[in-house]
Amino acid sequence: MMTMTDQEMLFEYLLRLGDNCVILGQRLAEWCGKSPVLEEELALMNVGLDCLGQARLFLDYAGKVEGKGRDEDKLAFYRDAQAWRNLLLVEQPNGDFAKTMARQFFFDCFQYLQFEELTKSADKTISEIATKSLKEISYHRRHSSDWVIRLGDGTEESHARMQKAIEELWGYTPEMFDMDDLEREMVAKGIGADLTALKPKWDAMINQVLNEATLKRPEATWEVRGSRIGKHSEHLGFLLAEMQFLPRAYPEARW
Amino acid sequence: MQPATPEFSQRAVSRVLEMVKDPEIPVLSISDMGIVKDIDLEGEVVTVRITPTYSGCPAMDAISQDIQTILTLHGYKNIRIETVLAPAWSSDFITESGRQKLLEYGIAPPEKGAGKAGLMHIPEIACPQCGSPHTELVSEFGSTACKALYKCSDCLEPFDYFKCV
Repeated sequence: MMTMTDQEMLFEYLLRLGDNCVILGQRLAEWCGKSPVLEEELALMNVGLDCLGQARLFLDYAGKVEGKGRDEDKLAFYRDAQAWRNLLLVEQPNGDFAKTMARQFFFDCFQYLQFEELTKSADKTISEIATKSLKEISYHRRHSSDWVIRLGDGTEESHARMQKAIEELWGYTPEMFDMDDLEREMVAKGIGADLTALKPKWDAMINQVLNEATLKRPEATWEVRGSRIGKHSEHLGFLLAEMQFLPRAYPEARW
Repeated sequence: MQPATPEFSQRAVSRVLEMVKDPEIPVLSISDMGIVKDIDLEGEVVTVRITPTYSGCPAMDAISQDIQTILTLHGYKNIRIETVLAPAWSSDFITESGRQKLLEYGIAPPEKGAGKAGLMHIPEIACPQCGSPHTELVSEFGSTACKALYKCSDCLEPFDYFKCV
C-alpha cells in the first residue's frame, strides 16, 4: 500500500464502491422478462436501475480521479475479471427467486450501513453520492427484508428454499467486513467507512429478520474471499462476457 | 422559425424552462418537480443546474436535451447544463402546484416530510380517483423509479403513488 499514491488509493476505493453496484445491477437485469410476477419484475428492474445509477456516479468519478481518460463506460466494459473489485456475494448467480432475494438482503443491509457512514465522508463527492443513494437503498432493504420474511415464514416449500438460499450465500458474507491496508488508510483519512464497526449492526439487522422469518441463522462453516485482490468466483467471467460483448464487438457503438 | 431575441435574466430563462416537462410525467414541468436547482447568468452564458430524482433516472438525459433545445429555440446560444447531487433531491422539492397537477393526473402526491421515518414506514394514501382512504399497496416499485403501485379498495382502480423520498 505504501507504493500507492493518494490518487491511486482513492481510485481503487471508488472501484470497490462502484463495482458492487455494476455487478449487482447486471445480475438483477438478468431477471428482465423472467420474474415470477409483474410487480416483482418492476421491482427488480427498479432496484437494478438504482444500482446502475449509483455505479455511473462512482465510476465517472473514479475515471476523473484516475486521470487517464477512462470514463464510466471504459471502466465498465473494458476491464477483465481480475480488475474488478466487487464483492464475491454480488456476482453469485441469481438462482431461484429466494436466492436472489437472500443475496439482495445481505447486500442491502451491508450497503445501507456502509453508505450511512459514507454520508459523513471527508471526500465531498463520495458523501454526496452516498446521501443520494441511501434513500434508494432504504427502499431496497425494506423490499428484500419483506421477501425474506414472506418466503421464510411462508409455505413449507418457500421456507425450505429460503433457508437453502441463505446457507448457500452465507460464506460470502464475511468478506464484506474485511479491513485491508487500503480500507484502513481510507478510514484514517476520514474518507472511508470502518467496516469492522459495521459488523455487529449488520448481525443485528440480519438476526432480527431471520428470526421473524422463522429461519435459522447459518453456522459459519465455510467462507471465501479474494475480490479485493481480483480473485473472483468463476461466475464473474461469464457475467462480464455477456455484459461487455456489445461494446467490445462494436467499439464506439451509439444508440 | 426565427429564434427570438433572448432576454438575459433569471426570470426569463426560468419562464422558458417552464416549458420543459418531465418525460415520464408530462403534466409536470421540471421546475414543478424541483429538478432545476439554479440558473446562473454570466454575460450571455446560461448555466442551468439540475439534480436527478433517482441516481439511475433515465429521464435525466432527455431532460438535459430538452433544456438545450428549448433554450436554443429561444435564442440562447451559450448553454451549459450541470448535474449536481447536493442537496439530494427530495419529494419535498415538488411545488404545491406540482402536487396539485399530480393529483389531477391520477398520481397520488408524496407524503410530506421526507426523511428516514418516511422511508421506513408504509404511508396511508388516499385514492386520487375517488378520494377513498381505503387503499392498499400492491408493489413498492411502480412504472418508474419514483412511483409505487397502489389499488383502491373502494373504486377498485389501481393507481400510482409518487414515493416519498
